[in-house]
Amino acid sequence: MDPKERVCADTWKNSSFSGNELPKKVPPDHQSFTNFNLQQHQQKWEDPSVLDYGIRIESQFPDFKQSFETPSSITCNANNQTKIVDQPDGQMNDSRDASRIQDWDPRAMLNNLSFLEQKIHQLQELVHLIVGRRGQVVGQSDELAAQQQQLVTADLTSIIIQLISTAGSLLPSVKHNLSSANPSISQFGHLGGATFPSGTNINGSVLPQTISGSKISDQSNQVDLTGNCRTEQNCPLEEHELKDEEDVDEGENLPPGSYEILQLEKEEILAPHTHFCTICGKGFKRDANLRMHMRGHGDEYKTAAALAKPNKESSSEPMLIKRYSCPYAGCKRNKDHKKFQPLKTILCVKNHYKRTHCDKSYTCSRCNTKKFSVIADLKTHEKHCGRDKWLCSCGTTFSRKDKLFGHIALFQGHTPAIALDEMKGSATGPSDRGENNEATNKVGYIGFNFGTNAPSGSGVQNAVDVKGSIDDPTGYFSPLNFDTCNVSGFHEFPRPPFEDSEICSKVHGLLLALAFVRTSKA
Amino acid sequence: MKKQKSSNEFIFNHFDLLSEEIVFAILDRLNDNPLDKKSFSLACKSFYAIESWHRKTLKPLRSEHLTAILNRYPYVTHLDLSLCPRITDNSLTVISLACKKMLRSIDLSRSTFFSHVGLSNLVLNCSNLVEIDLSNATELRDLAAAAIAEAKNLEKLWLARCKSITDIGIGCIAVGCRKLKLINLKWCLGIGDLGVGLIAVKCKEIRSLDLSYLPITNKCLPPILKLQYLEDLVLEGCFGIDDESLAVLKQGCKSLKTLDMSSCQNVSHVGLSSLTSGIGCLQQLILAYGSPVTLALADSLQKLSMLQSIKLDGCLVTCSGLKAIGNWCVSLREISLSKCMGVTDKGLSSLVTKHKDLRKLDITCCREITHVSIAHITNSCTSLTSLRMESCSMVPREAFVLIGQRCHFLEELDLTDNEIDDEGLKAISRCFKLSSLKLGICLNITDEGLTHIGMCCSKLIELDLYRSAGITDSSILAIARGCTGLEMINISYCKDITDSSLISLSKCLKLNTLESRGCPLITSLGLAHIAVGCKQLSKLDIKKCYNINDAGMIPLAHFSQNLRQINLSYSSVADVGLLSLASISCIQSMTILHLNGLTASGLAAALLACGGLTKVKLQSSFKLLLPQSLFQHLEARGCVFQWRDKVFQVCSIFTCHEIHQVFCYYFFIQA
Repeated sequence: MDPKERVCADTWKNSSFSGNELPKKVPPDHQSFTNFNLQQHQQKWEDPSVLDYGIRIESQFPDFKQSFETPSSITCNANNQTKIVDQPDGQMNDSRDASRIQDWDPRAMLNNLSFLEQKIHQLQELVHLIVGRRGQVVGQSDELAAQQQQLVTADLTSIIIQLISTAGSLLPSVKHNLSSANPSISQFGHLGGATFPSGTNINGSVLPQTISGSKISDQSNQVDLTGNCRTEQNCPLEEHELKDEEDVDEGENLPPGSYEILQLEKEEILAPHTHFCTICGKGFKRDANLRMHMRGHGDEYKTAAALAKPNKESSSEPMLIKRYSCPYAGCKRNKDHKKFQPLKTILCVKNHYKRTHCDKSYTCSRCNTKKFSVIADLKTHEKHCGRDKWLCSCGTTFSRKDKLFGHIALFQGHTPAIALDEMKGSATGPSDRGENNEATNKVGYIGFNFGTNAPSGSGVQNAVDVKGSIDDPTGYFSPLNFDTCNVSGFHEFPRPPFEDSEICSKVHGLLLALAFVRTSKA
Repeated sequence: MKKQKSSNEFIFNHFDLLSEEIVFAILDRLNDNPLDKKSFSLACKSFYAIESWHRKTLKPLRSEHLTAILNRYPYVTHLDLSLCPRITDNSLTVISLACKKMLRSIDLSRSTFFSHVGLSNLVLNCSNLVEIDLSNATELRDLAAAAIAEAKNLEKLWLARCKSITDIGIGCIAVGCRKLKLINLKWCLGIGDLGVGLIAVKCKEIRSLDLSYLPITNKCLPPILKLQYLEDLVLEGCFGIDDESLAVLKQGCKSLKTLDMSSCQNVSHVGLSSLTSGIGCLQQLILAYGSPVTLALADSLQKLSMLQSIKLDGCLVTCSGLKAIGNWCVSLREISLSKCMGVTDKGLSSLVTKHKDLRKLDITCCREITHVSIAHITNSCTSLTSLRMESCSMVPREAFVLIGQRCHFLEELDLTDNEIDDEGLKAISRCFKLSSLKLGICLNITDEGLTHIGMCCSKLIELDLYRSAGITDSSILAIARGCTGLEMINISYCKDITDSSLISLSKCLKLNTLESRGCPLITSLGLAHIAVGCKQLSKLDIKKCYNINDAGMIPLAHFSQNLRQINLSYSSVADVGLLSLASISCIQSMTILHLNGLTASGLAAALLACGGLTKVKLQSSFKLLLPQSLFQHLEARGCVFQWRDKVFQVCSIFTCHEIHQVFCYYFFIQA
């Protein structure tokens, strides 16, 4: 068996892995994920619709029942009920969103409280139901009973999760802590598992995205998981921010040595599949998919134990923070770089490596210009492609004007480019104007003949001067001169451009009359 | 002019000996009358050629002849097209091909009908362009701005009222024209923070920046205040700027000399103090129509140690505020309190007694001040050169004697709508430097007082006697004799004025503006004298001069070749008179209302014949009488029509009281 595969198999079979089989860079004693308490999150990696947790839940069910009376402890397992959790997810996101928008709105708080009240009632009903059923199921087969129980617990779990998350949203500081620092998260884990679901489920909505981009090498599988768990904590709701994961940790100031540095090889990073079937060799991106696949290989893989999520041993030992290094030499994210900035998670490593050191193989089908190396980036771009109307002369487009201006302010020689529609709009303008131009030029000529007292040759000079001119001052005292030039002007008077011939003739008549008056007066 | 010409013929050979440089030096001094250069060039062929080479500035009357003129004047560097309302892309192409790299400055502020295509040609061929004035080009869009951005050497750019240009266009200019020193973006409503911010980021050389009425906020202010050489900043009517945003600004522009924050309604003394705290060498501050002038405002501006001038027009003023301004350690040269509410004797007195170096004081419409204020002003500010105190109605007639007795350096005095009488005028006649005197609606003055002015104030250039009904011919005669340099006179509604006044005024050779509205005794004869004598006449108002008819127009058409603007309403001018005006090539504006003798066809002929018309005020009845195509054609030529629908007024003569009321109302509306 290929060592990789073996690791993989071990991992999911044993549900907790031994450090020996992990890459050597990872010291074994750091493989305790206990205080992280988030193995359950592995379910996040599953597509919500493809779940088969029945067995695992069954296996845990006794625990569950035991801890049933104390709601706080239930929550640890609650996450497994993904099918049901799925729905509250949305609700919680909503409530979370709302609380985000109107921070500490007392009205929202009231709403939350009434919601809590309602949920507690539901919970009570369910508990009554269970109590009642216990009496009935005695005669039934264990399996059937278990299934029914499972359904009921599922309901229970979902309600409790809702309760917890709503209660959590009452505290604005809680959610900040959840999404900010790791220590606080683990702290929460200790204080009461209660808060966890809220945090994780909220982030749940982002997960399918995250997963799509991940091609985890099996060796790093477990490491990856933990990493992703943390990612989930840090993942903001908006997906475009998810893309900035690399930048998220920019501000992080961990003193060197306070974290351990892991470096995956290029092949590991780029491997499409991280889980392989030990029987047929088929590769999978997620171990849950592999477990589903394994069911086809025989009944032994259908047992609860086989289908259970690889479970990790919990321990109280504090976990050392892990950071990742990019294998590309000379990269700022490489641990040998002078100003090394570590990457936070495996996903960050993958995205960073692909974005920075790989070809951009995904081209936008709409604009055929933008290229991406991470599919998620392409998808994000496609949502906005064509809507980016702010264009720079360098060809970069922006969805926001201020971003364009920031870009232009930053780069020498870049100018804003003018939208095409305006070009079209104004292209018709000049031609119209050209026509007008001709018409007026003609009339300008008319005006000219009238406006100057001198023969047309010197009329040009007339117009030249700032204040107009008297070309020949003596000319004014000679009536003959004055009249002849004017009359010549009249003869040259072309037909006015408007049709009203009556007016035209009248104008002509008047002009002649004027000439007459002038001669007679002189 | 003529003498020169005749002498040319005799000593023609001697003129040949003159070097070009000497002739150029002579030409440099021929600036008073534009006709002088004309006659010079007509002297002989060589003079003609020299004058053509010498001319640097050109202000053509018609765009049709651009090719010819530009060929004649190859060294023109400044082209002022403000008299050509119609400049098409073709015209711009002609200009660009003729002027090439010589052209440094072009004024297109009064022209329309050109587009980005023409501008692009212009900028491409005239690569040395330093100044472009594109104000009022409301049709221009970002493409035109992008065309201008190709003018890499541009230093001054006016884009006032270019409403269709957006941030994108101004962004192109900011990137393209790095050497910009002056940019005027007044009323460019399409430009916001981003565009202005980019200008400030990219054009580091900017000295003068006008951002009046732009929809900008504080966001663009930090880069503006970082401009190293900025001296003049106008933020008039920027409603988006408020105290809160100004408080954030810590850095001030060290080089700023003039700051205009008029009509910034959202800025109070708090914002002003934070804005001006970093501006050490501010010299002029304009806060018209802003927040009330209180003690706090005055104190917040106290730190401006170089301040020379402050304008607080239209503000609400408190006594303590004025007192605090008086206590500033700086000595102001110029204070304007025009149309301020709340200016009292006490406040004004405490202000003027401290600022003894005051040169200019504007207390227009400060209606509460009395004799006390005038006494204080004249006592302490003896070096005043300009005093504007229109409509200070509480000031008694005796006070004006003090002005004449104490302020001998006055050059500009506005006493419109005051109680001044002949004694006052007699005293004021001692201000022998007086160049502008406004005595409109001074109902107490008569010939006696004004004759003193005429005898003593020989430097008078502008005289306003609007509705000062006590004035007759004899004082105008004295003025015309004494003030030969008179350029502007308003004798409107001085109903006793007759032709003899005009005959005497015709001796004022520099007269360019004559307003004789509502003088029924004036006839065509008087006007003919003016036409013959005052060759510089460019603005004439003979509205309601019922006795002026065509006979007055014909000499006007012959001799007043500089006439630009004429108001003929209610006169007796008819078709022939109007048509004869067409021979004045630079006539631009006509107001032709209620001319009884005017027919539609006569009007049409006149309008067609006047090629340079840009503005015509007409009765709306003509709108229907004349074909629409005529108006369309004239509009395409660049003429704007204003239609008036007023009923014909039969010779209405107001009583003094009515006039006063109307005037007050007028100011009320203005304020």
